[in-house]
Amino acid sequence: MTQTWHVTYEIFRKKGDQPSHFDRFEMEVDPDEYVLDGIERIWAFHDRSLVFSHACHHSTCGACGMLVNGVEKLTCITSIRSVTKDGGVIRVQPMRNFPVISDLSVDMTDFYQRMESVGHQPVVTIGYEDSKGKFNTEDDLLRLSDCIECGLCISACPIAMTTPAYLGPAVLAGAQQSGDLNPCVLELVDSENGAWRCHSAYECTEVCPSNVDPAWRIMDLRKKLVSRRIKKFFGIK
Amino acid sequence: MAEHPQKPANLIKWFDPRNKSLGSWAFILNRITGLGLTLYLFLHLIMLGQLARGPEAYDGFIALVKHPIFLAGELLVVAAAFIHGLNGIRIGITSFGIAASKQKQIFIGLMTVATIAIIYFAIRMFTH
Repeated sequence: MTQTWHVTYEIFRKKGDQPSHFDRFEMEVDPDEYVLDGIERIWAFHDRSLVFSHACHHSTCGACGMLVNGVEKLTCITSIRSVTKDGGVIRVQPMRNFPVISDLSVDMTDFYQRMESVGHQPVVTIGYEDSKGKFNTEDDLLRLSDCIECGLCISACPIAMTTPAYLGPAVLAGAQQSGDLNPCVLELVDSENGAWRCHSAYECTEVCPSNVDPAWRIMDLRKKLVSRRIKKFFGIK
Repeated sequence: MAEHPQKPANLIKWFDPRNKSLGSWAFILNRITGLGLTLYLFLHLIMLGQLARGPEAYDGFIALVKHPIFLAGELLVVAAAFIHGLNGIRIGITSFGIAASKQKQIFIGLMTVATIAIIYFAIRMFTH
């Protein structure tokens, strides 16, 4: 049987140079609906000027990343039940560490450029390596990369908060996953604002909705960089 | 790519533990203890400067630091040293890809060791 909860959405609003504020919307919801469903309903029935990003509704496009009650969430797969209770509040804010375009929508252009510059592959072979080990296969099948480029890891990263020049977890994980540490990529990742800037808070892995485990990938990338340096020092190819 | 000005004003947000995971708590703890130990180093050097004022001044100072308030301060230094040192081992290991996926368990284990050590030193300091 369908339940009905009464919840209050507190939505971050910002237009242009105007100061930001929160708008409150009282809603009757099914607790098993997703946070994004409520935001869409606010846009459809309460305020058509609300700006937010979304597309696929099944955690593939990575467009609907937001801050829900202070935690980075992909709102299309975050149930209302998991973030509040009947009579509770759902405070929705745009992701941190990205420039806000309007309301809940952020500008991710620079992030996408960085992903491209480190050679992140959106499609990878089915044989892959993650924190649980290496999976080899002789099949030349392809699959979508785990990283959906949602940016939640960068939003959660304390270092990205103070140093926007830091490449960030997703970008470094992309470099690790591509495996192609050519001189251009090395210049980016083996640098002050690359893999060595991470301060091991592991928030990226905590909020990643797609099992990328960026923290592990950054540490693995460091291991590869150190190994390269040692080999270079001893003249080993 | 675009220019990225630093945002030092956001540094204070590093110390906000709300809605953060265990990794962030370890991150915050390491910074607080690191800053505390650095401050102590300066205080320690100032205290050692008392030696230059002669044995009487030094003995008077030593008598002062046996007060329980100073002992509590010293215990904080011991606690910071254990927490920072042991957490540093965790960061050192995991930072190069070793057991990175077990960082939470390592943190809990090492902080348990730190807690036992701090309790041991507290008993020793306040009962002798």
